[in-house]
Amino acid sequence: MLSRIAESMFWIGRYVERAEDTARILDVQTSLLIEDATLDVDETCHGLLSIMGVEDAPDHVDLSHVLTTLAYDLASPVSIAAAIAAARESARRARETLSVPLWEAINTTYRDILSGQFGARRTPHVFQWVRERAALINGTADATMTRDEGWQFLMLGRCIERADMTSRLVATASVTSGTSDQWTSTLRACGAYEAFLRTYRGLSTERAAAEFLLLDRLFPRSVVFSLNRAEQCLDNLEASGPSGQRAGFQNDAQRLLGRTRAELEYRSLSDVVADLPTEMERLQRTCALATEAITRRFFAGAEALAWHGMEGA
Amino acid sequence: MNAMFEGYGGNGQAYDEMFDGDQLRSPYLRLRESLATLTTPELVSRVEALQAGYLAQGVTFDIGGEERAFPLDILPRVIEQDTWSQIDAGVQQRVRALEMFLADVYDAGTVFDDGVIPRRVITTSSHYHRASAGVRPPNGVRVHVSGIDLIRDNAGEFRVLEDNVRVPSGVSYVMTNRRAISSALPETIAQHRIRPVAAYPQRLLAALRAAAPAGVTDPNVVVLTPGVYNGAYFEHALLARTMGVELVEGRDLECRRGRVMMRTTQGLAPVHVIYRRVDDEFLDPVHFRADSTLGCPGMIDAARAGNVTLANAVGNGVADDKLVYTYMPDIIRYYLSEEPVLKNVDTWRVGDAEAREEVLDRLDELVLKPVDGSGGKGIVIGPRATRAELDELRTKILAAPRDWIAQPVVQLSTVPTFVDGELGPRHVDLRPFAVNDGNRVWVLPGGLTRVALARGELIVNSSRGGGSKDTWVLAGPRVPAADLTDEAGGTGAEVPEVLEAAEPPPPPPPAATQPETPGPALTALHEQAEQQQQAGPATRSRRGPRC
Repeated sequence: MLSRIAESMFWIGRYVERAEDTARILDVQTSLLIEDATLDVDETCHGLLSIMGVEDAPDHVDLSHVLTTLAYDLASPVSIAAAIAAARESARRARETLSVPLWEAINTTYRDILSGQFGARRTPHVFQWVRERAALINGTADATMTRDEGWQFLMLGRCIERADMTSRLVATASVTSGTSDQWTSTLRACGAYEAFLRTYRGLSTERAAAEFLLLDRLFPRSVVFSLNRAEQCLDNLEASGPSGQRAGFQNDAQRLLGRTRAELEYRSLSDVVADLPTEMERLQRTCALATEAITRRFFAGAEALAWHGMEGA
Repeated sequence: MNAMFEGYGGNGQAYDEMFDGDQLRSPYLRLRESLATLTTPELVSRVEALQAGYLAQGVTFDIGGEERAFPLDILPRVIEQDTWSQIDAGVQQRVRALEMFLADVYDAGTVFDDGVIPRRVITTSSHYHRASAGVRPPNGVRVHVSGIDLIRDNAGEFRVLEDNVRVPSGVSYVMTNRRAISSALPETIAQHRIRPVAAYPQRLLAALRAAAPAGVTDPNVVVLTPGVYNGAYFEHALLARTMGVELVEGRDLECRRGRVMMRTTQGLAPVHVIYRRVDDEFLDPVHFRADSTLGCPGMIDAARAGNVTLANAVGNGVADDKLVYTYMPDIIRYYLSEEPVLKNVDTWRVGDAEAREEVLDRLDELVLKPVDGSGGKGIVIGPRATRAELDELRTKILAAPRDWIAQPVVQLSTVPTFVDGELGPRHVDLRPFAVNDGNRVWVLPGGLTRVALARGELIVNSSRGGGSKDTWVLAGPRVPAADLTDEAGGTGAEVPEVLEAAEPPPPPPPAATQPETPGPALTALHEQAEQQQQAGPATRSRRGPRC
């Protein structure tokens, strides 16, 4: 598979997941802000923006500013709209390798944004819409794509992004915590509330919730689950190549992700939960480093060619 | 009388393909019949569905960076079998002559020695590339794909307007148009027997594989695109997808030791045939424009060394030069000893002194075209131009007469077209696509009909606001399959396509397999579940209240 196409696939996976997870995070936070009168709006909004990677937020921000920045504004790089547009742009570049239904699922989602229908949807319906579109895209991919390298890259992107975003979701929960409400709605945002209740028999403590979202090996949105999947994808990708390794891992990304996962799993929970925001930031850094490593290993060939025939002419 | 076509008036002198005065022409009989029951609002809603469909599928082209849906008119253009076989034969003949001409131009040049065409016509062409001189393509083919533009003159005769043997585009729309119209007018399609167009990618792939360098048995074919910002990117992607080959950009390629390689996740992989949709000048900065990043340095040398085949060949532009066009009838006679099946449009070479005088006298009634322009750029239509434009044109012509040809204003034929809620005559041309695999020139039945959407407008290019129509070539009467064995040989033009082979005996009815119904166990469970609900309401509400 062409390096450039592989890179596009990877980023389709990431952007679609990012749009979906941003919607999930916003869903929790907006409903909290509306329902819980004791929350300091300004502080919560700032916390939210900073967790989503917005550095230069103005002094006073309100909910509508947050929604514009993180959901509607196509020009804001962290918004849902921008993520969908970027996914579509990647898809356009890899169009001949995508199945037609998959391309159309992505393209029609993007057309909704262009036509302004997306902007006209109100919260919280807009979040539901994003979740549904992401489910449609992922489901179509699942049903129509061959399990070749392209699929592995798509999954790899999705899993890394999911680990990253779940860590952000956990971080937002711990920032505004104090009430167990926060964790309930965080779990609910992942669609994990019932699964959590069933697993822990209704014993809902913050600790248990954090454990579930971070470490559960069976829940598909947990950090450990996502990292496991990402490792598996890398393993498949390396296996399809020439190298048959007997010891250790050559792939930097695999090493990074594996180490982080092992750390999460083998450290005691109290240790991890003690300073959740810092832990989560470390996790996000790992994801960024892993992406760099993947780019070096698989996509470097796609770098633009420099031709210096003109010099001096 | 059908309400839909009521009040439809032809367009002065132009040949209308559907109506001869008030009389319906025969190819359109069924079309009108099948549309008889359709009301205008219904038609409008189908037109809207058509456009929405194209946006959703991303059937678009770019104008200045903006993506637009490619306008497709809902009414098809119908061409009868006899008319088509003439076009088919004419296009094949033309492509064969062009191939021989190119082979000669880049080799011995007997056509110059025999006085058919002056050598300077070629050497002054900006598309003549010395890099191609003496290169013999593996299977002798230089024009793998061609698009010969045809128009229908006032008498209804098809004539050649120009040849495109560099990188003709538009074939993807032929395929998407057919699919879109099939879903917009299913009843109408069902009442016609139309020759299919979907086989094009397979034909193209076969031709490209046949052109592989000597000794390569399983060639790696790729499509080279300038990238997503190119106006025809949709087409490049569609062709790559339907041929099942990689779509590469210049930066995916690299030349190593006279071979072209592509960068993959598993390292470099060899490339043998490049169907390139990048113009000659941008292919290789070593030979052509040094600032180009669309191609890959070293590609031309690799092609000259015979390690990679470029399709179409570099330097083909000398053959579709508009000045060479004026010599085409002679070229056909010279190489094939045949009379041209399709005539040229009458043309003056402004470079010739006598012709120039006449042209300059009649500037306001002629069409002036730059010889190496494409996409309708630079064309001046005399009767529509202002005084100032004509003066400017005159200066340009006097400065570089070799750069211009002149043609009378040909009223392109018209076909009923649905614009702004009503039917009216609009001018059309036709670009049939031909694929040459070295053994046979195959012409895609139909080709792209481009239509100028503004009333009276004569320029049909999509970059100038043109749209397209689905083009139906009607199949002939059914013939027994036994008569068709010589399909591959000869011209193939006279042989009607068989849509359905003789039907095999119907298969035995399948053993009655009823859709599975839930077994008793399940039913019992259902009942239990229902009782459960009635017994204890909301004991297990899955979603508790939200606080």
